[in-house]
Amino acid sequence: MKRAGFTTVWLPVALLLPQLLIIAIFFYWPAAWAVQSSFYLQDPFGFGSTFVGFENYTDLLQNVEYAKVARFTVIYTVLVTFFSLALALLLAVKADAVIRGAKTYRTLLMWVYAIAPPVAGFLGLMFFDQRNGPLTEMFQFFGWDFRLGADFNSTATAMVIVAVWKQIPVNFIFFLSGLQSIPKSVREAALIDNRSATGRFWDVTFPLLAPTAFFLLIINITYSLFDTFGIVDTLVRSEPGNNPVTLVYKVFVDGFRGNDLGGSSAQSVILMILVLVLTIFQFRLIERRIHYT
Amino acid sequence: MADLTQSSTLQTSVSTPLRPRIKLRHVVDHAILIAGAFLMLFPVVLVLMTTSFEDADIVKHGLQLGFEGKMLENFEAAMFEASGFTKTITGTRMLMNSMILGLGFAIGKIVISMMAAYAIVYFRLRFATLAFWIIFTTLLLPLEVRILPSYEAIQSLGLANTYTGLIVPLIASATGTFFFRQFFRSIPEELVEAARIDGAGPVKFFIDIIIPLSRTMIAAIFIIMFVYGWNQYLWPTLITTDEGMFTLVRGIKQIVQVLSQTGAMIPEYGKALALSLIAMIPPVLIVIFFQSWFVKGLTESDK
Repeated sequence: MKRAGFTTVWLPVALLLPQLLIIAIFFYWPAAWAVQSSFYLQDPFGFGSTFVGFENYTDLLQNVEYAKVARFTVIYTVLVTFFSLALALLLAVKADAVIRGAKTYRTLLMWVYAIAPPVAGFLGLMFFDQRNGPLTEMFQFFGWDFRLGADFNSTATAMVIVAVWKQIPVNFIFFLSGLQSIPKSVREAALIDNRSATGRFWDVTFPLLAPTAFFLLIINITYSLFDTFGIVDTLVRSEPGNNPVTLVYKVFVDGFRGNDLGGSSAQSVILMILVLVLTIFQFRLIERRIHYT
Repeated sequence: MADLTQSSTLQTSVSTPLRPRIKLRHVVDHAILIAGAFLMLFPVVLVLMTTSFEDADIVKHGLQLGFEGKMLENFEAAMFEASGFTKTITGTRMLMNSMILGLGFAIGKIVISMMAAYAIVYFRLRFATLAFWIIFTTLLLPLEVRILPSYEAIQSLGLANTYTGLIVPLIASATGTFFFRQFFRSIPEELVEAARIDGAGPVKFFIDIIIPLSRTMIAAIFIIMFVYGWNQYLWPTLITTDEGMFTLVRGIKQIVQVLSQTGAMIPEYGKALALSLIAMIPPVLIVIFFQSWFVKGLTESDK
């Protein structure tokens, strides 16, 4: 709040009202509803519900299927985060180093940001097509019987590749802007101290980029968990079957197809807690980040 | 593998004897960047090329390198030919729906969050901190997590298959408010004092001072939000069951389902691929043309 703020009372209330109204109806109400229904067992035919306490949660934690989805989600998140960060960092370092064509490279490496995840997933379907997808043929050439939608590992690989492709631009933009904010004096001093480019990178540039990298780590975990819904949905052609799916996808499938309101809500609440932890972590990092730069 | 960035002048002055080695490194740098750019560009270029082929060819051989004469025809079919189960939805219609969603979301979010942020920053209101935290908490839960209850809320309000139901719930998060709050706080305090001495009220100050000062920020946020709104998938999938309300991105789900069906007819691959390209063209163009604003919005809003 500004020290010299205005003192009118009705105006700020009127200004805040639309935002507060929207979040009350579309945020707090739904969130509270999810928490509440996670403690109830819904009658499948819609005739009321019974309070069951933590039963939905204990059921989930003992559920083999849920454990499998959770395990896949963790592996998927780690792979997507690692590869998209590593490739983007490599490209950003190179894009920052070259002088000729720097702008063109920047544009070419960032525009994929604007492509919607399900559209990227649809391109993936064409590239991993069973009969004549170019990437399927490549895998088969190397002796892997690649079957998208039928074989767990094939589908998982396709998901990771598409998700990484889609995420490289965001990481690239942040890494590049992080690199460009390193003061010239620091770079020059490093150049005098250390002639080896690789040595300079790990001793000077990388530590200075660490805050950006930590911040991106959270962004990428959130992306893998939530924003890849469209990629997962298109690549499994809306038919989960034996295919790998993420936790968010399971919330959707159980809630809308399986009509398991209580179970789906309990899953929502578990994810809410997960996001809460991630966000707290993220804000602590942002504070650190401001400190560094 | 990686090397530190440096200015060219310094490099040449420090290491003149090592010139040939440095040249080689430049070649490697460019090679890596070209490979990266190719990786990003090639999939889409290949799809674009494939739209110039006959459906039967695409069914038989998949994605194609080269150019045939069918491209215009496929794009025309994608834009104007009615399709879907009810045969009422055209690409033009979906494009319009996507535009309404993208623009409505971006404008709605900017207006609402600027108003809220202005109220929080510039007024002595005891309830401002509380309001900030109420709004701020929404950053914690993405729509995907509370999707089922949000859907129920929209249903019970009778807003399914309406633009309001499509757009408004997406606005219910604080990204914009948080960003404008940060920005307003960085505006020098003297401005308010000066405005008050000159007798300007809060409304006049907002319109004459704050909005002009925020122009670049508004543009940056607008681009981010437009792309975000345009690319929404899960929410439109749930909330629009009426084909006349489909957006292009929502239409992708339909395309996938139609192409997966094994029927007697040859699936319209050319048209489907053309539609997927149409779905990416507007946001991609905006990101490319307003690149500097876009990058500013992305890195400064810390979305």
